[in-house]
Parts: sequence; C-alpha cells; structure tokens
Amino acid sequence: MHKQYETVIGLEVHVELATKTKIFCGCSTEFGGAPNTHTCPVCTGMPGSLPVLNRKVVEYAIAVGLATNCNITQYCKFDRKNYFYPDNPQNYQISQLYLPICRNGHVDIETESGKKSVRIHEIHMEEDAGKMIHDEWEDCSLVDYNRSGVPLIEIVSEPDMRSAEEVIAYLEKLRMLIQYLGASDCKLNEGSMRADVNLSVREVGAKEYGTRTEMKNLNSFRSITHAIKAERERQIELLEAGQTVVQETRRWDENREESYTMRSKEDAQDYRYFPDPDLVPIYISDEWIEEIRKSQPEFREAKMVRYKEEFDIPEYDIGIITDSKHMADLFEETTAICKQPKKVSNWLMGETLRLLKEKSMDAEDIVFSPEHLAKLIGLVDAKAITGTVAKEVFEIMFEKDIDPESYVEEKGLKTVNDEGTLRKTIEEVIVDNPKSVEDYHNGKEKAIGFLVGQTMKAMKGQADVGLVNQILKELL
Amino acid sequence: MINDEIMDYIGILAKLELSAEEKESTKKDMERMLAYFDKLNELDTTGIEPVSHITKVQNVFREDMVTKGDEHEKTLQNAPREKDNMFMVPKIFG
Ligand SMILES: [Zn+2]
Repeated sequence: MHKQYETVIGLEVHVELATKTKIFCGCSTEFGGAPNTHTCPVCTGMPGSLPVLNRKVVEYAIAVGLATNCNITQYCKFDRKNYFYPDNPQNYQISQLYLPICRNGHVDIETESGKKSVRIHEIHMEEDAGKMIHDEWEDCSLVDYNRSGVPLIEIVSEPDMRSAEEVIAYLEKLRMLIQYLGASDCKLNEGSMRADVNLSVREVGAKEYGTRTEMKNLNSFRSITHAIKAERERQIELLEAGQTVVQETRRWDENREESYTMRSKEDAQDYRYFPDPDLVPIYISDEWIEEIRKSQPEFREAKMVRYKEEFDIPEYDIGIITDSKHMADLFEETTAICKQPKKVSNWLMGETLRLLKEKSMDAEDIVFSPEHLAKLIGLVDAKAITGTVAKEVFEIMFEKDIDPESYVEEKGLKTVNDEGTLRKTIEEVIVDNPKSVEDYHNGKEKAIGFLVGQTMKAMKGQADVGLVNQILKELL
Repeated sequence: MINDEIMDYIGILAKLELSAEEKESTKKDMERMLAYFDKLNELDTTGIEPVSHITKVQNVFREDMVTKGDEHEKTLQNAPREKDNMFMVPKIFG
C-alpha cells in the first residue's frame, strides 16, 4: 500500500518586459531582426563599454511589484552573476542577488479546491542571454546576440503550490496582471514568459520539505501539467524504492513526456556574485512609487464588478471579455462610441471568439478598431446592411481593420429597401415556386419561410427581411 | 590555507588549466591575498553598512528610446569565427 504524498511546488517565472530598448543599451528589442543586427559593444560585452539602466525597466518592475502586493526595495542595486556560456558574452549576467527590487508579495488564486494566497519571495531585474543554434553541418554552435540584454524580471514564489491546477492558476493570474499593466505580452509559447518548476514531495503531514528538483523547458500550460505529474511520480517511485531524490536541474522533453538531468548539485555553479561596479545604485523615492501606484490600470476584479453595475450583460460574457486587457479595452471604447454594450458584447462573444479560435489567435492580437466595430453596429441598426452582410464585412474587418462604411459603399452591399425592386423579385419568386405558394394557402405557415429564403437568395442577402415578409404576405 | 582541491576548483570556475609549477606559485599568491583580507577582517565593522559603491552617485538612467542602429558588421569583427552573421563557437550540448 502506497503512502500518501503531497506535492510542494514553487515557481521561478521569467517575464520579458515590453520596453522598446534593451536594459542597458539603446539597441532595439524588436523580434525577428536578422542575426546580430540589434547589437552593440554593451550587449555583446565588449571591454570598456558602459551599461546605463533603462528607466522604463525599473518602472515596469515596480508596477508588477505593486500589483503583486510586494514591498519595493527603495535602495537597490545590480550584481554580477559569473558563469561561462557562449550565450552570455560578458561571462557574467547582470542580475540582482542582494537587494532585489521587490520582496514579500503575494497573489490570490482560485481553483476547484478553493481560494488561496501564493506568496512571492522576490522579483528581480536582469538581462536575457543570446540565442544559440546548433549547426549540424559544421558541428559547432552559432550565437545571435539580438536577445542579449533584453530586460527580464524574475518572479520567485514561495513553495506554496500543491498541484498543477494551482500552478496554472498562479501563472494565469500573473499573466493577467502583467498584461493589464502592459509590462509584457506574457506568451509562454514565444518565450516572453518562462516558468521553471521547483518540485518536491513529502509524506502528508510531514513538517520538512523533501529534496527538490528544478524543471526547465516548459513552453505551455500543457507541458507544465505533464511535467508536474511525471516529476511527482518519479520522485515518489524513488522514495518508495528506498532511494533518495537528487537535487538537480532537469530538462523536460514534451515529445517523450519525460525529463532528464541537465546538471546535478555536485557540478552546481558557484556564481561568485558581487555588486556590479559599472551600475550605480537605484534609489526609489516614495513619490516615484506613488506616481506609479496612481497610474496602475483598473485590474480585472475591479473591472468585473464595475461592468456588472454599469452594463446589462451576462456575467459569463464579462468573464470572457475581461480575460484579456485588449478585449476589455475594445469593449469599453466601442461601447463609449455606440452606447450599446449588449451589441458590442455580442460581436465580441460571437464572431470575434469564433474567428480567434478558427485562426488560433490570442485576443491580444485582434486588429480591428473600436471605431470600426461601432460603425458596423451602426450600419446594422440603421438597417443599412443585413445581419448576413454584417458578418461578411466583420470577417474582412477582423482580418485587416477596414472601415465598414466605405467598404459597404464600395462593394454595393447596402440592403435594398426600395419596395419596387423587392416587389419585382418577390413576384418572380412566387411564380417560380407554385408548390410553396399552394402549401401556404393550404395553411402551412412555414412555407412562407421558404419563400423569404428564396427572395433573400435572389437578393444576395441584401434585402430587408421585415419588408420582404410584409410584401410576401400582401402578394400571397 | 589554499589546498590542491581549492586550486582545482578555482581552475574550473575560471576556465584555467595550470601546470604544477603555476599551481604552486598561484597558491602562494592567493595565500598572500587571503592574509591581507585577514588583516582587514581585524577591523571592527559592527554597525557599519556594507559599501558597494564608493561614489555618491545614484539613479543614472537612460530613457527607453532606440539610439542604436544595425551594427552587426562591427559586432562580428569581434567574432573569432563567424557563419551566417553569427558567432561560431565550439559545440555546446543541451
Ligand atoms: Zn546593445
């Protein structure tokens, strides 16, 4: 009979900040540049170059710290973490060990097993490394330093999580807060958010923690869930067999659904941290913190409460709309223009979600503007276009944010309200469908639906349905 | 005391391979340095905040504006070997 085990999990989350430039130099952080085109002596670690801190990095770090209930370390500084690896051109990474910018925070999460608070040990600022590619042909490695010096914050939690569900809830919560702050887009699959999982197991009721391992290379919620399950099982099996868990760093292989040792404690690195003499200390005044606190956005919880009071839309819709800052902004801005929250919500919940899913896109990637969605709603309200046409126009708008008014005008998609034209078409439909007409006269009310359909088809969907119904009944 | 084990460890961290003679002379150098720190350690520093910077300067920032253009040719002049505009280095596992 197995003993009962509890899983203890702490997370180290790296988030790439959404600054325009790197942390210590004026090189662009833009994605997709040709190799080494966003580099300079500072971010390639050339002797004699001098790093100068990007103010925006400090502001984003403080903003995330405040959003996660941390204390801001008002006197903080940078340290050098020394190690040799080709993606790290200085042979040290500039990071914060002794005085991280934020400490002692917490975020509240909710899972099926209830509400809980996950404590945050610290958040520190640091620089990203370059990218290595293995070259099979030359049997060597190639390094691109475009990502070297891109600003990161590392959010270190306490070992407060007990299941994969809690880990996902915690990550979702961080992602939400940081996206709302605009501090990062937090995409696991693109590496702008990376989570390392520290996991140990212990018998239920035990006071001491077991020996933990650190799992790397987790690029999706799926792999995180799989890795937690597999690592828990691996550690329990070792303990059950009377063996011990070795403290080590492991790498997850999602294809094989298993992990392997990257480095063990025996060859654990001695990073020989020391204060970076090139970077002067940072003093964060009360005023600076207050200024950032005042410019914090309205976060999701507050938004949900306000939406419920302000707009007559279902709670479920509110949940989905506020799940993305971009979607919430779209909703609010469109509603401000057209004053019809319900209709705006319907477009977002219906066609928008459908297209996002179909094209496997994130809500953050939506391109159409609130002005254009408001115009589209206006066109439908004015009966200038039919629902069918509106959906067609919306698809184009979703793709390339066209102005629906000029598009409808250009393509001649306006609804035909002209009675003469309609009457003529309907007369033809009646002649062409004697059977349905007969059915209708024999009391089959439904037959009229078919005739309306035929008329709409003949009008390419651009006819006022109400008017078609009215004329049909009259002619029959 | 710096023993052989410590010497080897420092060699690994610094990526240095020392000959037997070099090891011996380095050992002596390092012992002299440690003796100097022992001397410093004799000072009573209770209640004194550690100093990490000797100047009073703080808060030197740059604004978040792109000031550098494409300098990849200059950057790659520092590459011992290059391929496809990247630094070519010995094969790295993992
Ligand atoms: Zn640079």
